[in-house]
Amino acid sequence: MLEIRDLHVSIDGKEILHGINLVVNPGEIHAIMGPNGSGKSTLAKVLAGREGYTPTRGKVLYNGTDLLQMLPEDRAREGIFLGFQYPVEIPGVSNMYFLKTALNSIRKHNGLEELDAMDFLVLAKEKMKLVDMDEGLINRAVNEGFSGGEKKRNEVFQMAVLEPKLAILDETDSGLDIDALRTVADGVNALRRPDRSIVLVTHYQRLLNYIVPDKVHVLLDGRIVKSGGKELALELEEKGYAWLENGTGSKPAVMS
Amino acid sequence: MIDLVDEKNSHISNFAEFERSMNGRHPWLASLRKDALARFEALGLPTTRDEQWRFTNISPIAGTAFRPADPKPDSLTVADISSYTLCEARCTQLVFLNGSYSENLSTVKFLPKGVRIISLAKALETDRELLEPLLLNSLSEDDAFRALNTAFMSDGAFVYLPPGTTVKEPIHLLFLSSSRTDPTASFPRNIIVLDEGSQADIVESYAGLDRGIYFTDSVTQVLIGPNCSVGHYKLQRESPSSFHLTTLHVVQDRDSSYSSHSVSLGGAITRNNFNVVLNGSGADCELNGLYVTKGHQHVDNHTTIDHAMPNCTSRELYKGILDENSTGVFNGRVVVRKDAQKSNARQTNKNLLLSRHAGINTTPQLEIFADDVKCAHGATIGQLNEEELFYLRSRGIDRDAARTLLTYAFASEMLAAIKIKPIQCQIDLVLMNRLSRHETTRGLP
Ligand SMILES: Nc1ncnc2c1ncn2[C@@H]1O[C@H](COP(=O)(O)OP(=O)(O)OP(=O)(O)O)[C@@H](O)[C@H]1O
Ligand SMILES: [Mg+2]
Repeated sequence: MLEIRDLHVSIDGKEILHGINLVVNPGEIHAIMGPNGSGKSTLAKVLAGREGYTPTRGKVLYNGTDLLQMLPEDRAREGIFLGFQYPVEIPGVSNMYFLKTALNSIRKHNGLEELDAMDFLVLAKEKMKLVDMDEGLINRAVNEGFSGGEKKRNEVFQMAVLEPKLAILDETDSGLDIDALRTVADGVNALRRPDRSIVLVTHYQRLLNYIVPDKVHVLLDGRIVKSGGKELALELEEKGYAWLENGTGSKPAVMS
Repeated sequence: MIDLVDEKNSHISNFAEFERSMNGRHPWLASLRKDALARFEALGLPTTRDEQWRFTNISPIAGTAFRPADPKPDSLTVADISSYTLCEARCTQLVFLNGSYSENLSTVKFLPKGVRIISLAKALETDRELLEPLLLNSLSEDDAFRALNTAFMSDGAFVYLPPGTTVKEPIHLLFLSSSRTDPTASFPRNIIVLDEGSQADIVESYAGLDRGIYFTDSVTQVLIGPNCSVGHYKLQRESPSSFHLTTLHVVQDRDSSYSSHSVSLGGAITRNNFNVVLNGSGADCELNGLYVTKGHQHVDNHTTIDHAMPNCTSRELYKGILDENSTGVFNGRVVVRKDAQKSNARQTNKNLLLSRHAGINTTPQLEIFADDVKCAHGATIGQLNEEELFYLRSRGIDRDAARTLLTYAFASEMLAAIKIKPIQCQIDLVLMNRLSRHETTRGLP
């Protein structure tokens, strides 16, 4: 599904990712953990095609094709979904219109018939139930004035509507209360399929109790310094990241 | 081929012919017209050396010889103009072709007693008493194009509401221009008078039927009595090669409210002079404007809000969307006179530049002579937000569609401010159409 080889990424001429290697197979769930500023969101956004995040070395293959050559919209149409850590507010664009346009561009790309407003509404309502999202939110401007938790729910809702093949969820659990975390996790689990892969960026072991990952990776200062099974998350919870900063050949993330 | 002659001289020579064509009609206007022409001659066409025209170069107009537009209405039918009409022509609608009233194309619905919605040509015959003071001394002719309008005025719309009347359906004044041969000029003059406690919504539309070169020099005077409530909408979608120079002069009496929504989409050069005088205590005005330009279009909005009396409020929001090589000017003047205590004025101008070759000059001008007032103003110039664009694209929406969506979103605030549904729908439709045909996005990543 996804194969990242020695990926280096710079922003404004400054290298942030220093050679990432990662393989995600169909149906797998991978968790990426790591301290603030280690490059998790940078990795997520470069996979989605954010302009200004420049890959300087390495390769990313998505189902065998060179992902880095594709426009962001084409990546989405081919099944990549990024759940943003900080979903942007877009005043003046209705959530409903936005998502209908998005879904129809993806459907069109896949040779499917576009949905009209009525059919879309039916689908949207079903998916809102899945993530227990307030129906009122669909008629508001995209994320405008949404609470932190509502924004995250809206991301999972969009994922449910767009049905991606590879979902990258960047701290979708941050800012959710305990019940919401449960609902969102249930929503994500409901979307689990043998041909759908999920990359979860998170700071909290707690989420991984609900969404059990196949692999856990630790990203530190732009490098994956350790990978393991779900028990690695528990170990991190207990020990923090400091023990990984030495003896792995990587530079410390922060000098103090 | 257009002869490059001095436009000023062409108007002056046209005037003699115009006078002959009036054939001694409205003798009470003869000297007004002559004086206005003399004033025009003395003023000359403005240049960028004039303070009021610093950023608007009208040399393409000055370099073109215009003849007065053919007053003989074309053989158009109601069906031909259906894309310009409002409410499927179910409301009262006066239609003008090249500045002249067309009875065939117009619809006048049953109106409350005493309400008059007729052509100015007719009103000059029948309503001299009302019109004379308005025409003779209400406007200072310090602007060449306004003087020219007065010199050549012969038609336009006349709307009068007697005290306490309400016209429920919008009143549509539709000015259609067509110029298939020589460049032509038309000089509509509209007079709108609302007597105490009356209410109406008035829509002025200007549209080009073809892509010809023509020149619209219009003046609209609105006199608003005490306690009136007026909505005034202007939709300008003239031909891309036309010139649109207008004056809108509004005088409000006490406790009246006036809400204006002006949308400029067409024209090679557009200049809107818009003056509102808050001439009675407790008057309130709201000025909303939207201008959308591309190619080499230039649009200039010069607004003046004159707080002449105490306790008046004004809110002004003008938004611009400028693409390709187009340019814009916003000059927002707010005057608060010495006695206009407790005035409250807020002015905002926001601009979205879609190309690095587009430009805007925005100048707020506050002149405050009273001490107990609240005045605020602000201007912004920005580009589309990269984070927002990326968010939309990351969901599968292509770049052009995402840009259109965000551009439309920028304008949507102006649409939301329009409270009359059929007007909102029409402007929405025209705007959507205009923005979705944003083919070129040169100069940006
Ligand atoms: N536009 C930018 N210009 C310069 N530096 C940037 C830019 N964007 C990100 N960075 C830097 O890249 C580094 C990695 O940031 P990133 O957002 O990927 O971290 P993160 O691991 O997601 O952190 P967090 O856990 O706080 O979300 C940080 O040091 C950040 O300051
Ligand atoms: Mg992050």
